[in-house]
Amino acid sequence: MSHADAHALHPPTSTGLDTRKLAIWTFIGSECLFFASLISTYLVYHGKSLVGPLPHDASQCLLDGRMQECEAVFEIPLVTFGTAVLLFSSFFVVMALNGAQTGNRKKLIGWLSATVIGGLFFVGMQVYEFYHFYHKGLGYTTNLFSASFYTLTGFHGTHVTLGVIWLATVLVLAIRGKLPPEKAMNLELAALYWHFVDVVWIVIFPVVYLMR
Amino acid sequence: MSLRKVLPGSPGTMARLLLLVGVVALSGCGGDYPQSTLTPLGDFAKLVDDLFSGTVRWAVLVFVLVEGALIYAILKFRARPGDAEPQQTHGNALVEVVWTIIPAVILAFIAVPTVRTIFQTAEVPEDALEIEVIGHQWWWEFRYPSEGVVTATEMHVPAGQKVVLKMRTADVLHSFWVPQFAAKRDVFQNKYTTMWFTADTIGRFPGQCAEFCGIQHARMHSWVVVQPPEEFAAWVTAQQVGSPLVNRGVVAVDTTQAPAVPDSVVIRGEAAFVATGCISCHAMVGTPLAGQLFEGNTNAGPNLSHVASRRHLAGGLFENTEANLRRWLRDPQGLKPGSNMRLPRPLTDDEIDVLVAYLQTRQ
Amino acid sequence: MATSALEHVQAPAAPKTGLWSWITTVDHKRIGILYGASAFAFLLIGGLEALLIRWQLRIPENNFLSAETYNQLFTMHGTTMIFLGVMPLSAMFFNYLIPLMIGARDVAFPRLNAFSYWVFILGGLFMNFSFLVNAAPNAGWFGYANLTSTQFSPGLNVDFWVIGLQILGIASLAAAVNFLVTIVNLRAPGMKMMRMPMFVWMSLITQVLLLLAFPVITVALVLLMLDRVFGTGFYVPSMGGDPMLWQHLFWIFGHPEVYILILPPFGMVSEILPVFSRKPLFGYAAMVFSGTFIAFLGFGVWSHHMFATGMGPVADSVFSLTTMLIAVPTGVKIFNWIGTIWGGSLQMKTPMYFALGFIALFIIGGLSGVMHASPPADLQQTDTYFVVAHFHYVLFGGSIFALLAGAYYWWPKMFGYLLDEGIGKLHFWVAFISMNLTFFPMHFVGLHGMPRRTYTYPAGLGFDWLNMVQTIGSLLLGVSFLIFLWNMLRSHRGRVANPAPADPWNGATLEWSIPSPPQEWNFAELPEVHGRDPLWDLKRARGGPLPEPALVSGQGIHLPNPSYWPVVTAVGVGVVLIGFMAGGVVVNLIGVAILFFGAFRWAFEPAG
Repeated sequence: MSHADAHALHPPTSTGLDTRKLAIWTFIGSECLFFASLISTYLVYHGKSLVGPLPHDASQCLLDGRMQECEAVFEIPLVTFGTAVLLFSSFFVVMALNGAQTGNRKKLIGWLSATVIGGLFFVGMQVYEFYHFYHKGLGYTTNLFSASFYTLTGFHGTHVTLGVIWLATVLVLAIRGKLPPEKAMNLELAALYWHFVDVVWIVIFPVVYLMR
Repeated sequence: MSLRKVLPGSPGTMARLLLLVGVVALSGCGGDYPQSTLTPLGDFAKLVDDLFSGTVRWAVLVFVLVEGALIYAILKFRARPGDAEPQQTHGNALVEVVWTIIPAVILAFIAVPTVRTIFQTAEVPEDALEIEVIGHQWWWEFRYPSEGVVTATEMHVPAGQKVVLKMRTADVLHSFWVPQFAAKRDVFQNKYTTMWFTADTIGRFPGQCAEFCGIQHARMHSWVVVQPPEEFAAWVTAQQVGSPLVNRGVVAVDTTQAPAVPDSVVIRGEAAFVATGCISCHAMVGTPLAGQLFEGNTNAGPNLSHVASRRHLAGGLFENTEANLRRWLRDPQGLKPGSNMRLPRPLTDDEIDVLVAYLQTRQ
Repeated sequence: MATSALEHVQAPAAPKTGLWSWITTVDHKRIGILYGASAFAFLLIGGLEALLIRWQLRIPENNFLSAETYNQLFTMHGTTMIFLGVMPLSAMFFNYLIPLMIGARDVAFPRLNAFSYWVFILGGLFMNFSFLVNAAPNAGWFGYANLTSTQFSPGLNVDFWVIGLQILGIASLAAAVNFLVTIVNLRAPGMKMMRMPMFVWMSLITQVLLLLAFPVITVALVLLMLDRVFGTGFYVPSMGGDPMLWQHLFWIFGHPEVYILILPPFGMVSEILPVFSRKPLFGYAAMVFSGTFIAFLGFGVWSHHMFATGMGPVADSVFSLTTMLIAVPTGVKIFNWIGTIWGGSLQMKTPMYFALGFIALFIIGGLSGVMHASPPADLQQTDTYFVVAHFHYVLFGGSIFALLAGAYYWWPKMFGYLLDEGIGKLHFWVAFISMNLTFFPMHFVGLHGMPRRTYTYPAGLGFDWLNMVQTIGSLLLGVSFLIFLWNMLRSHRGRVANPAPADPWNGATLEWSIPSPPQEWNFAELPEVHGRDPLWDLKRARGGPLPEPALVSGQGIHLPNPSYWPVVTAVGVGVVLIGFMAGGVVVNLIGVAILFFGAFRWAFEPAG
């Protein structure tokens, strides 16, 4: 990428870091505390639910207005696959960024499309999962597990959705030819945010799905 | 240094003057401040007060030295006409190290007794009289599990005996506070908190809820009534009659002594008590539902079986006199807006007469 | 939009005027003034609430206010003073001063800056709107669960509080990102970190605290909102929830918040004392490190607000010791301030009065703080007026006095005229005396057993005369603000006759090198910095005062375009959140639509 052009757009900074990039990093730092608080809440209420359904064990729950045995809700294989897709999408966006910086338009559009599709798949998986859980009797207010589970993964899902919208916007720019190498920062910012969303999921996945 | 000369240039002076005023205010305490933390009468409160006094002594020393240095500097280094530019010092490593270490040392002198007192006060004594304290919006309930007594607003304790309070709430958070014997502890629905003290001084000592708990937080008073042991024992025996805990067989005591022969006041009173709906929240000796409501922790009202033996009612809102009782039954929401004392319908003058007369017989 | 750059060239000395120019402004100085004016108005509202509270408490068993009204007033007094008064007053100084002090033309993201302001004002107005529908928040500024649950607070009161605070939180977070990046990245050539003015340092630390503390309260508030709107049980004991979770989350935010309120004032005092002592700040590095240390420790002491909950002796001891430890760096700061004036040549101007008053009062607040850092003592003092006395000494005697010092000090820079010295000193003495008269007796009434947040008290507990003294003091305190208003008005009338020079106080920092008030682009030429007191260095090299800087045409200076998309986006944020309280999901979706529309137009509009 041409440094001279970038400098013409933005005057040199005290640290040499791009100002927008620094802002995203700062924002990510703040988001860490946001998710840390949500994850802590989930952990505090782990195993404190008064009624089922519970994540890992069959339990008593209120279905159709009467108490009955209900099955464990989690389906680990599906979520593991979704997790893998999300992690791969982080790799896809790195490739796309490389394409953007080197002016390889085909590479940029191809990998960026793959990233967006990966993100969409993850969101779709989550929507399916929520729908499925709901029909097993796990409503939002059923117990502490459901409330803290839906809140935590729901907020993460919202972040993924926003990331998909952001990446899709950049993709449209790229398709229209408005993402030349000197503007690759526009993708890099979205990619940074995307990596962060992935990293958060790497914490959430074991805490929520694997820890018993 | 006259006051006139000092005042215009020295912001610290007023603080010193006010401290003086404060010391005067402190020394003039005693009987005038019956709810004061500065006149501890129990062992727990005395431990706390000793610790606090020690801290205050350090604080006064630091206050005088630092404010003194500040005032001195302000007076000494005021600009005078024709001043040259002062020497441009940027710091002094030695001085800075010294004034980092000295406060740290002073803090150590506060921290060590603090930690010692924390552990001293945390030890819950055994062989103590246990009282269960339950916060309600906006009154305190006291239960004596092994004696079978359930009462409200006034906690009776025998002088000289250790008391352990096991505390919880029926609704929102409250904080039980006994300024002269112990201190405060918050109460929760889902766990018990504890506090202990020994009271040696006979008398009635006020306290009040210290955690904001809704509209009538200000009207949630309590009293600790310290009695000689034999007087306390007599009080317990009287309270056991018709007690919900005794009735349900939680506590086995002999309550064969017959209640006073019912006279017309009692018969009419009991009927009114049931008919006007008092009974749906309040337990009452002699009525069919005595004690039923105390199992759960709903917003049931105080046990009224011995209401006439209490000096204060409605969470300490008023003294237990005939006139006050009458006003209370006429318009509880006017006297204590938002309170859970809600009449199903306004009472007639006749009903109020009957109920007041009846409640006054419930010793 | 494209013409705006041209306008600057043609009419440099006549800044744009009119309401629209204020709504679309992205100039950090104008946004600063907007923050200042709004926050001062909220401060007066909060003060009025305090006076009503005091009037109620002047005698026992008073019926001036009902219990419900009183509870609304004390809740809104606390919430207003913290979130709508002191924080945005600090934000005014961040906005106005940080770019000037570090030698920048604006903040890093001027439109984001405007967005922060509009979200803030929306949140503030929304929360105060609750008074008009007679549903002002009434569960305390700390909103302890489970009193805030729908079972015990069925009205809209708590909803106004929850949603208002979330709106304000977004404003604070956006501003914090902006100022942090500005300070780290936009410093003038030669201004290394350890050459930054102390106010900039303390502001930087404050932004870090904001960034790390506000997400936590956001989560706490979101969970409460979910409980209230959807019926989850995060704080509802009957559903297994634990009210202690609220207390932990709230105070993990709440204690850093205390430093968010006091560190910027620390910074202001550290600017004012050297200038009026004609002597550099004593122990610059120690001041930086102690500020950092205070902020760091601030995240490890939250449970000292919860000693009465019975956490056990080990937790009590740990949190007690970390709390006491904070007294060490705070002491270092106080000693360094005294070290700064020591041996100086003190120019006793109004800003100096307030700065010295700040030190005197802050010491008292610090010492009472050490007293209830001790858990057993705190078991007697917590939730009494002793604590009320403590935090009014640090927040009124501390923050407000320093903010007033800052107002007097930077007023000429912001408005081009000085405030009157005589009235200023009168203001100081009335404020100083009445402040002590109001808050000092609170120590005693608290130790004598008067709890906080009670709408009345019975006679016979000895609280009567102490409360009367406080009420008299508070009325005088109200008078001191009238004096301040009078000073503004009178000085404003005389502004043409007495214009302020660029450098009225012999300042040390860069903002005094440019005209008062500064031109839109701040610095026609970016300054070069060689030391901690760049302006003193320049004057010393020159052997005397600098010539008055001339107004320049600003030709060729690149400035950001005004924009109304930040306002639109801010409205979107507000509508989304208000939808949780009224109107439901339709309103939420309308808000999301406005938000996205505004954000996209913002993202694709030429920034200039």
